[in-house]
Amino acid sequence: MAEFKVINKPIRKKDAMSLVTGKPVYTDDIAPSDCLIVKVLRSPHAHAVIEAIDTNTALKVPGIEAIYTYKDVPAKRFTLAGQTYPEPSPYDRLILDNRLRYVGDAVAIVAGDNHRAVDKALKLIKVKYTVLEPVLDLRAAKDNRILVHPEEDWQALCPVGADNRRNLCAADKSEYGEVDRVMSECDVIIENTYHTKSNQQAMMETFRTYTTLDPYGRLHVISSTQIVFHLRRILANALDIPKSRIRVSKPRIGGGFGAKQTSVAEIYPAFVTLKTGKPAKMIYTREESQTASTPRHEMELTVRVGAMKDGTIRGLDLYTLSNTGAYGEHGPTTVGLSGHKSISLYNNNLEAYRFHYDVVYTNVQSAGAYRGYGATQGIFAMESAISELASKLNMDAVAIREKNMVREGQAMPAYYNEYNTSCTLDSCMKKAGEMFDWYNKPYARDMGNGKIRSKGVAMAMQSSGISNVDVGSATIKLNDEGFYALSIAAADMGTGCDTILAQIAAECLECEVEDIIIFGADTDSSPYDSGSYASSTTYITGKAVEKACMELKEKLCRIAAVLLDCQAEELIFTGKKIRKADGSTEVSLMDIASKSMSGNSEATQVTVTNSSPVSPPPHMVGMVEIEVDMETGSIELLDYVAVVDCGTVINTNLARVQTEGGLAQGIGMALYEEVSYSKKGQIRENSFMQYKIPTRMDLCSLRVEFESSYEQSGPFGAKSIGEVVINTPPPAIAHAVYNATGVWHRELPITPEKVLMGIGKI
Amino acid sequence: MQIKLWINNKAVIKEAEADLLLIDLLRNNGCYSVKRGCETGNCGLCTVFVDEKPVLSCSTLAARVNGKKVTTLEGLQREAEDFGTYIAEQGAEQCGFCNPGFIMNAIAMFREKQNPSDEEIKEYLAGNLCRCSGYEGQLRGIRAYLEYQQSKAAKAELAAQNISEVI
Ligand code: FES
Ligand code: FES
Repeated sequence: MAEFKVINKPIRKKDAMSLVTGKPVYTDDIAPSDCLIVKVLRSPHAHAVIEAIDTNTALKVPGIEAIYTYKDVPAKRFTLAGQTYPEPSPYDRLILDNRLRYVGDAVAIVAGDNHRAVDKALKLIKVKYTVLEPVLDLRAAKDNRILVHPEEDWQALCPVGADNRRNLCAADKSEYGEVDRVMSECDVIIENTYHTKSNQQAMMETFRTYTTLDPYGRLHVISSTQIVFHLRRILANALDIPKSRIRVSKPRIGGGFGAKQTSVAEIYPAFVTLKTGKPAKMIYTREESQTASTPRHEMELTVRVGAMKDGTIRGLDLYTLSNTGAYGEHGPTTVGLSGHKSISLYNNNLEAYRFHYDVVYTNVQSAGAYRGYGATQGIFAMESAISELASKLNMDAVAIREKNMVREGQAMPAYYNEYNTSCTLDSCMKKAGEMFDWYNKPYARDMGNGKIRSKGVAMAMQSSGISNVDVGSATIKLNDEGFYALSIAAADMGTGCDTILAQIAAECLECEVEDIIIFGADTDSSPYDSGSYASSTTYITGKAVEKACMELKEKLCRIAAVLLDCQAEELIFTGKKIRKADGSTEVSLMDIASKSMSGNSEATQVTVTNSSPVSPPPHMVGMVEIEVDMETGSIELLDYVAVVDCGTVINTNLARVQTEGGLAQGIGMALYEEVSYSKKGQIRENSFMQYKIPTRMDLCSLRVEFESSYEQSGPFGAKSIGEVVINTPPPAIAHAVYNATGVWHRELPITPEKVLMGIGKI
Repeated sequence: MQIKLWINNKAVIKEAEADLLLIDLLRNNGCYSVKRGCETGNCGLCTVFVDEKPVLSCSTLAARVNGKKVTTLEGLQREAEDFGTYIAEQGAEQCGFCNPGFIMNAIAMFREKQNPSDEEIKEYLAGNLCRCSGYEGQLRGIRAYLEYQQSKAAKAELAAQNISEVI
């Protein structure tokens, strides 16, 4: 591998010091103090129709500016999912509807000049509901007589197998080879059903947006979002105004994890500003974030694995039932990953597979994008099934994986027939095994104090952007004194993409990261980018940066050629200078910059747009050691080893911390995070009192290493890392719990009660 | 009611409704470092000092700080920079939203404990949630900072000894 100058180094994030000193850089810090406060009245019923709504008394509260109901909004359905047009998610929403589909669904919008007035008005709105029976269980939803979306104007833009008359948001089937024949030839078949609950992204900054009209009368939306351009489209659809009337920009974002790939809060203040002409803001409370947003899709997955006695896996069959809740945000797309990513992991000897799925509507909070995006659920099921297979065959769980794992150079039928062009999954497994000392540790050891110590393993893959869909762009420009400005529309959610993209630019332009200033993201001035999601930024936008820098160098050489009175082809770009190949003469970047501002007709700015026909998967292996207390059922983590193949690591610090953060989220999902409902469809975990995310006391040491591959199609060999890192803890921990207790837990989270029930102590 | 307090050493007299929370009083006074993550005393993002002791400002009524000294990260910029550099060196500041509360509490810990062990650090900061970092990078940063402080203290002592020898 080539020697890098600024890539593969622990470069400090460009905004680090603002963040650690608490500077006002987030949406609510920069919103002016005279904004109207916007709040939403929410449905107490899981399924109801508004019979009558009376806002007269509420409107009389001093300080109230306006109250809007379903009668005031455009009658045009849209989706809040941040996806490329034509959105695969159905157009099933109105800003306000007279049919309410979950506890928390919006009933009315209230705007006033202070919190107190708005809160008071919310209480004074009188609504008469006709309460309808809800459908809450995902297993009962398909073809139920109760319809979540009976409306005539419901619409699916893409052929995803959707049918609102059947509560179906999507359905599909894909097959390769003859699964049934292959299965019939297998020595052993494992078939099990797994259940993963909904989880909250729980980023620390809740959803928040402020909106204002600019001097041209255009709507300016400043929001904590991952998707400025998609958001512009979503708002134009929802508000029924042209996109040219909307500008979206994002300040610092306090975490996203996919939650902010959906437009959750934006439509309400935007509607208020449009109607009143006044600035408005909406700051979601934690309770709203927990109960009226778009968490992970609950899924039930049935896996069938066909294998030979020696552990050769020949056939895989997966059925996924996914619960999209009241609306279809990301419903048709998350489900695909549950199969494509999990089946492709076992590609080595695979002769046939079948993958089919249904995505159903129910009367619970709508689901959406969350780090891992369906792969997490699929990998939990698949990895658990493979560990079950290993134990049934009396094989080592690592050995069976080594035998069947996908390898570099293979075609992956379940992964859109893409080739695996860069893969060190085998060395990840080897390295993890060495770090963990896998072969010298028993599967389970009675510690003699009522506790059993055990180990577990899992592997994972994800993707790097969405092939043939995601678009990333970069504009790079030379300024006076020879510094560069990089403009992007990918959104840094804290993971450091501003810095990572600047590193890529600095490597290309042979300068320091400090010589690159970065700007983003703003729909008025940034080049188009589909946004920061699907683990796409480093791979897709990073490549755009690389290409843009290459083109800029050529342009600068042309200006230098004028100054040096020679041909551009004779020149070599050396970072601070451009010199003649024969070394006879040279000109400094600063002189080129000065020249560019006087009597020059060569632009010193380049915009490049990039999309990729492939989506090379990153891979990883996780190994965990736990101790199960057989008296209380509690699980203590002792050690977690993770080895990741994300191609070339661009920023060693940021990749490490992102891995550690992903592991912590995966551990939360494995052990305690869930969204559960009362019989009436109310969410129990409506605050951080009930919804517990890991604290620093709950985790163990997370030991992270990298086994770099080199992905030719990525910038300097890089792939993605954002999502893959959340996928191994649930199956690895479930495996370890089995080794300790002899019970497979096929439903997440694995709580102490479930452990005790499993061993017959409750 | 009218209350008088010191915000970052500046005397302030405020009209405060009985249910006004300290977090809102502070943010209304331009202390935007104080963040709200949960409203229920669970996340630690809203940590400030009242008379030098860390408290959760989302769960403290403004009326209770009448006559007291309140310190936010705005008032501790030098310390925030000193320690924050070590967090930044790890890339552990990530989205940064949890940083002010975390750094406030870490500063309180440094003032209170000379040489905390990893266990003590985790316990002291257990109420400060972070969703991005997985906490390991923060721990590495704290360790590196403590080591630097100790080597600085050791050097200072050595220098003092040398001086006294010269004298
Ligand atoms: S906002 Fe105060 S503890 Fe969470
Ligand atoms: S850095 Fe994002 S929550 Fe801690």
